[in-house]
Amino acid sequence: MSNYPAFLIIAPLFAACLTATAGWIRRSLSFPLAVSGLTVSFLSSLGIAARVLASGKFQYSMGGWAPPLGIVLELDYLNTPFLVVVSGAALVSLIATRQFVEKEQEAKAPAFYALMVLAVTGMLGMVATGDAFNLYVLLEISSITGYALVASGDRLAPLASLRYLLLGTIGASFYLLGVGLLYMLTGTLNMADLSRLLPPLYGSNAVLAAFLLILCGIWLKAALFPLHAWLPGAYSHSSHASACLLAPLMTKVMIYVMLRVMLSVFTPAYIFDHLSLEGFVVTLASVAVAAGSVMALAQRNLRRMAVYIVIAEVGYMVGGAWLGNQTGITGAVLHALNDVLMTLCLFLAIAAVAGRTETLDFKDLNGLFGKMPFTMGALVLGAMSIIGVPPACGFFSKWFLLQGAIEAGRFDFMAALLFSSLINVVLFFRVFEYALYSDGHMHKQEEHGQTGIQEAPLSLVISLWVAVAGILAVGFCSGPIVRMFIQPALL
Amino acid sequence: MDAIIEIAIAKYNYWMYISLMMIGLYAIIAKNNFVKKIIGMNILQTAIILFYISISAKRGATIPIIRHAEGHGHEAVNAMEYMNPLPHVLMLTAIVVAVATLGVALALTVRLYARFETLEEDEINDQIREAQ
Repeated sequence: MSNYPAFLIIAPLFAACLTATAGWIRRSLSFPLAVSGLTVSFLSSLGIAARVLASGKFQYSMGGWAPPLGIVLELDYLNTPFLVVVSGAALVSLIATRQFVEKEQEAKAPAFYALMVLAVTGMLGMVATGDAFNLYVLLEISSITGYALVASGDRLAPLASLRYLLLGTIGASFYLLGVGLLYMLTGTLNMADLSRLLPPLYGSNAVLAAFLLILCGIWLKAALFPLHAWLPGAYSHSSHASACLLAPLMTKVMIYVMLRVMLSVFTPAYIFDHLSLEGFVVTLASVAVAAGSVMALAQRNLRRMAVYIVIAEVGYMVGGAWLGNQTGITGAVLHALNDVLMTLCLFLAIAAVAGRTETLDFKDLNGLFGKMPFTMGALVLGAMSIIGVPPACGFFSKWFLLQGAIEAGRFDFMAALLFSSLINVVLFFRVFEYALYSDGHMHKQEEHGQTGIQEAPLSLVISLWVAVAGILAVGFCSGPIVRMFIQPALL
Repeated sequence: MDAIIEIAIAKYNYWMYISLMMIGLYAIIAKNNFVKKIIGMNILQTAIILFYISISAKRGATIPIIRHAEGHGHEAVNAMEYMNPLPHVLMLTAIVVAVATLGVALALTVRLYARFETLEEDEINDQIREAQ
């Protein structure tokens, strides 16, 4: 079928509308509708991947208007793996978090599902689109729904969401301004057309201003270290359902947007030959990796720790992309894909634990291995991937990043990566230590009658192990993924 | 000196949008009250809308609608003689986005006020600190 790209975006868009309206008629209708919308997206992304593998990249002109006048979806080697991973992870987290939504949102559950599906629509659109302004609109679709999703959480969630909204709007406005400058210079908004028209203008200061504005906007949305202030609050106070959906996807999709802008709108020749920014950006990324890890070490709560790990991981990918060699960019792309799965696994495990213990402070995790063996087993495997233990996927992308750092002679970035890996070991083994041994504190709890902790619900455990299977599958298939998708994308 | 004045006058639309943008950013960063921050956010978005609209303008150009343009439709045929409609169309979308963002922001402010009974950021921070 040639219309997969349209279904990819239209199916969840309509599903979101239907989910919300069906909720007025009968609440139980909305969840299957939301799931079917995302299932269609996932299957379409598989169809797109099959077609790209069989016959190379292709364009889908919306409404039959040819580019550059019409709006196109560009499906190529770079974004098809992102489409598969993003739609798959979104589907898994939607199914896994159902009970949280039903319990916390009650009558508003249909609206919440609609928001979740709409956020994914925006993300898939951002990954697929070949139009710079469309990207802004889709970015705002997923951001605005993201603000609403973050706002439903504990007592501090509206505050975190409002801060996220203010910073996110600054980021999106910067992106829009940069696109405006590019439009002034070239008269086009189509990415392929931009990259064709821009090279003669590379000396211009306006191009430099546009590039920097776009980059700053994207970094703000991706929460690169000094611009990360919104992320810890937004992902640690929101409800578990929103955190499981947004934390794995939003920052990684923004990293994809950065790669797309670097590779498809501008060219590596411009970024690495005309500008000499890479030294600064890689240093910034090294600082981000180190700072994220150290801040994670300072937390005494499992969820807040995970949030700072996300910040450190953003540094990995930005640094890899700016190393300026093919190995580094390969590592960044592969790590973005892996990180979706690893973060999904981590946040689902955290949600599963929180669903049973109510609190996530380290001291309350005592003896969890005995009570929730499947959840904790999945957490161990997810943690191994984040640390970078083969054959989990995190090892391979980190290997590429390290190799890229050595090729580029950036030993500070290499040191930051190794330092962060070691800190991750400490972080997770501290959690495992608390969870493996039950001490006197535990008995006190038993006396208070809190022994009823048992394994998480089946749907959540199965989703969690689907994420783990994804981690292992991507780990074992790292070679083919790099060979079939990432290397052709970087040619 | 003349050169500076010339730049200031010839490119006044850029000065306007940059000033508005800085006012907006200042309000978001420096103001203590969340409603003022939200107003700053809206000024920032409006500044960018102004930027887009101003780049579509041309001296002596008419509107890009054949029937309603000056010269009974003859002038709106050549691209030279009418304003570029695309930035206007783009900004319709951006206005919708700005309205949606504002709506979400105001809804969050209502929630915030219901929980803290104030919208001053420092007072909210004090309350959070006391609660811990």
